Amino acid sequence: MIYFNNVSKIYDKDSKALDDVTLTVTAGEFVSVVGHSGAGKTSLIKMILADEHPTFGTVFFESINVHKIKNSDLTNLRRRIGVVFQDFKLLSNKTAYENIAFAMEAAGKTDEEIASDVPHVLELVDLSSKIFHFPHQMSGGEQQRLAIARAIINQPELIIADEPTGNLDPINTYEIIQILKKINDLGTTVILTTHNRGVIDSVGKRVITLEKGKVIRDDKSGKYSL
Amino acid sequence: MMVIFKRVAKAGFVNFTRGGLVSFAAVLVMTITLSVISAIIMLQAVLYSSLDQIKNKVDVTIYFNVGASEDKIMALKNSLSQLPEVSAVTYTSATEALKLFRDRHQNDYPTIQALDEIKENPLGAYLNVKAKEISQYESIANFMKSDNALVLGTAPIIDKINYHQNKLVIDRLNGIINGAQKLGFLVTLILVIISIIVTFNTIRLTIFISKEEIGVMQLVGASKMRVHGPFMVEGAIYGIIATFITFIIFLPLTFWLGRNMADFLGMNMYDYYVSNFFQIGGIVLLSGIVLGVISSFMAVRKYLNK
Repeated sequence: MIYFNNVSKIYDKDSKALDDVTLTVTAGEFVSVVGHSGAGKTSLIKMILADEHPTFGTVFFESINVHKIKNSDLTNLRRRIGVVFQDFKLLSNKTAYENIAFAMEAAGKTDEEIASDVPHVLELVDLSSKIFHFPHQMSGGEQQRLAIARAIINQPELIIADEPTGNLDPINTYEIIQILKKINDLGTTVILTTHNRGVIDSVGKRVITLEKGKVIRDDKSGKYSL
Repeated sequence: MMVIFKRVAKAGFVNFTRGGLVSFAAVLVMTITLSVISAIIMLQAVLYSSLDQIKNKVDVTIYFNVGASEDKIMALKNSLSQLPEVSAVTYTSATEALKLFRDRHQNDYPTIQALDEIKENPLGAYLNVKAKEISQYESIANFMKSDNALVLGTAPIIDKINYHQNKLVIDRLNGIINGAQKLGFLVTLILVIISIIVTFNTIRLTIFISKEEIGVMQLVGASKMRVHGPFMVEGAIYGIIATFITFIIFLPLTFWLGRNMADFLGMNMYDYYVSNFFQIGGIVLLSGIVLGVISSFMAVRKYLNK
C-alpha cells in the first residue's frame, strides 16, 4: 500500500531528517514507528501526506507518486487518509459535531449523510454527550477521541496516528490504543508513531525503529527496544 | 455547487458570529476606512464646488468704442459663440451699460453729476465672454486679435479687452485651481491607500489567528475553495456591516454640517449626501466588500502552502 524508495530528507548538510529510508506497508497492517524525538518519525508521516517533499527518493501510495500529483489529486489523496495528531489539530471554533461534519463536507458527503453519520461516529468514541461542545470545553482524552472520530468518518484506507497519546494520561492512552486496534481489526491500515514503551508492548504488532533518520530495526511482532 | 456555496456562506456567517472581539475589531477598522472614503468623496465635492464658483467669477470683457456699429458687434458675438471653448457670450448695449453704471454709482453724487454734464453717453457697448475652462481665455483673446469681423472693419471697433490686464491673475488662478485639484487627488490617493493597508493588515491578523486551522482544513482534505470561501464571506460581512455603520455615522454628521456649515463649505453637505446617496452608498458598499473579500483571499493564500 505504501512504498518508501530510498527516501532522504535533508534540511541542511548536518541535519538529515530521513536518511535513505526504504520500507513497505501492506494493506491491513498495524505498524508502529518508534524512535527518540528527532529520529524522523514525523518527517516520515509528513512524506505520506505530501506535507513535506523528499530531497531524494520517492513515496508511493498504492500506484500514486504522492509528490508528483496535481493539487486537486492531492486533496483526493488526503481524503483517503485519516490523520490523528499529538496536539489533536481540531478546528477550535467548531463544535464536536461541526469538526466531523467539516471532514465529511470536504469529502463531498450530502447533508443527509452528515446528519446520520456524525452522531453515530461520536457514539462510537463515546462522545455523544459532548456533541455541541467546542474543543476547549473537552478534556485531552476527549479531544483525541474526537480527532479519531474525524479521522475515521470517511472510512479511509489508512489511519496515521502521530504520537496520539503524547499528551494523555495512562487511562486515556489505553482507550485511544484500543480504538486504533479496533479500527485495524475492521480492515483499516494503521501507522502509529510513538515513543511510549507501554503502547508498543501492548499492541504487539510490527515495529519499525528509526534512529537519526535511518531504519535500524523492522520487527514483524516487535517490542520497544530503544 | 449550490450545496458548496450554501455551506461556505453558512460557515462564513458562523465564523463571523463566533469571532466576537476579533470580528468587532475588523468591522471597526473597516468602518474607519469606509468613513475615510465617504469623507473624501464629500471633500472632493466641496473642493470642486468651490473651484467651480471661483471659475465662474473669471470672465473676459470686450469693451467697444463709443458708437461702434451694433451689426459689427453682433457679428463678433456670433463668431465668438461658435468657438468650442466659449460657454457663453452676453451682450450689453451702450444704453444698458449707462443704466448699469448709474445704478452702481447712484450714491456717488459727483460722478452722476459729471455724467449729467456730458449729456451724451460716454460708455461703449461690451461683450462678456465666459470660457468653459480658465486655460482657454488666452486662445479666445488671440481669436479676437485675428478675427475677420475686426479686420474687415474700416475702423477698429474694440476699445480694450480686459484679458490682457487680468492675464496675470487668470493665469495664477488657473495654476492654483490645477494645483488644488492635483493636491486633492494626491491626498485622496494617499489616504485611501493608508486606509486600505490598515484594513488589509487587520484582516490579515484576524486570519493569522486561524493560521493553524487553515493547515488542518487542508489535511482533512478540504479543497482550496472550501478553505478560502468562509474567510471571504466573513470579509464581505465586515464590509457590509461597516457600510451600514458608516451610513449611520454620516447621515447625522452631514445633517449637522448642512445646517451649520453650509456657508463656510459653499454647499449643503446633507443635500449632497442625500441626493447622491445611492452613488456614494454604492461606492462605499462595493469598496467594503471588495476590500474584505480580497484582503481575506490574499491572507488565506499566504497560509495555504500547497
